Amino acid sequence: MTWNSEFALSILPDLLRGLWITIQATMAAITIALVLGLVVAVVRYLRIPVLSQVFGFFVLFIRGTPLLVQAYAAFFILPHYGIVLSALVTGIIVLGINYSAYTAEVYRAGIEDVAKGQWEAATALSLPGRPTWTRIVLPQAVRSIVPMLGNYWIQMFKDSAILSVITVAEVLYVGQTIGGSEFRFLEPLTIVGLLFLAVSYPAAVLIRRLERRLAISR
Amino acid sequence: MSTIIDYAPRLWEGLVVTLQLLVLGSLLALVIAFAAGLTRLSRHRLVRLPAAIFIEVFRGTSMIVQLFWFFYALPFLGIELPPFETGVVVLALNEGAYAAEIVRGAIKSRPAGQTEACIALGIGPAKRMRRILIPQSIPAMLPPFGNVLVDLFKNTSLVATITVLDLTYMGLEVRTNTGETTAIFATLLVIYFVVSLLLWVLMNGLERRFAIDRTKKSTRIKSWILSQPRGGAGA
Repeated sequence: MTWNSEFALSILPDLLRGLWITIQATMAAITIALVLGLVVAVVRYLRIPVLSQVFGFFVLFIRGTPLLVQAYAAFFILPHYGIVLSALVTGIIVLGINYSAYTAEVYRAGIEDVAKGQWEAATALSLPGRPTWTRIVLPQAVRSIVPMLGNYWIQMFKDSAILSVITVAEVLYVGQTIGGSEFRFLEPLTIVGLLFLAVSYPAAVLIRRLERRLAISR
Repeated sequence: MSTIIDYAPRLWEGLVVTLQLLVLGSLLALVIAFAAGLTRLSRHRLVRLPAAIFIEVFRGTSMIVQLFWFFYALPFLGIELPPFETGVVVLALNEGAYAAEIVRGAIKSRPAGQTEACIALGIGPAKRMRRILIPQSIPAMLPPFGNVLVDLFKNTSLVATITVLDLTYMGLEVRTNTGETTAIFATLLVIYFVVSLLLWVLMNGLERRFAIDRTKKSTRIKSWILSQPRGGAGA
């Protein structure tokens, strides 16, 4: 049994529909991650007592445990407490919360990357707090934050395949289902891999280029 | 909770398998990382290209997709590996591809003066790499290697999907048998978290041991962990 192009072509529409679910899930989850990560970063930056420590531990715990187990846990535990969500929504929430632990650090690192002299110059020129942030610090922080967030977005796109285990009908799930019913795994799974590559590789090249353009020439 | 304790031996068995995957996977990943990373530094295009393709393919697709491909699709091409071996190989190839970029980046960022000095002293390319460039690059490789190690450890859980009896697989089995959903997942998450913490402490220790400037004030472990980006993502 080797590659059958006719079969491969016939399953392509279904797999593309699965890829569309993957992309939608990634878009929704990255939105959660960007917002929640910002909340975590601000709370930790302001050093709000108790809350800051709780968020610190939350970030550490999320980073130290597998996404797969987090997804299973949410999928099986939530219905026990009367929270019934579709697999897709559960998956999006888990993915979003998982990545917020990483985006939070991106925001922090981006702000800390801005040279100390910039703050000092703003103070020396008696620039008030608001313009110091909006005109001096944030425009410079964005330069390092945007490419880093872009890299996480790609990583999340690839990690979303893990949601297939909780029956989210994304591209890997579709590929597995086709393979199981047709008893041919070579074509569907190879196409799934190629589809991931077809999205993530150009995206990575784009982000690398963006990074170079945004880089401050020192 | 008491029913879980009855099943503790099963979880322990699973943890042992997970740790075996971690050790074998990371050793093989290290070999692959240096092989692919150094090959990619070659001056010859024909040598560089296969390494580049390997790295981009394994970094560009998900590990769970690779795992399924090796387990379900590869037998159609006549190559059949048992689940555990498949797990070790895929873990090593995937994380090895990330680590290869770390090896390449660290060696490439050595100051040109080191290479020039070697040429001036008549030290050949092989010896230059082995005695000068690689030893100098190790401190720069260690922090990103730490991320890859923790990522590899977390990714060992994926092998449960191809019927390897690891910690996650055993946890799911105990859940089916007892129905203690919340308790079992809390237990699993805590075990994974504790091992990750130990790996972080280990890598922090190695980093300090190999640091060029050993007088540097040691950072607190928690802020050190948080400053680590996700393995490979930033590379």
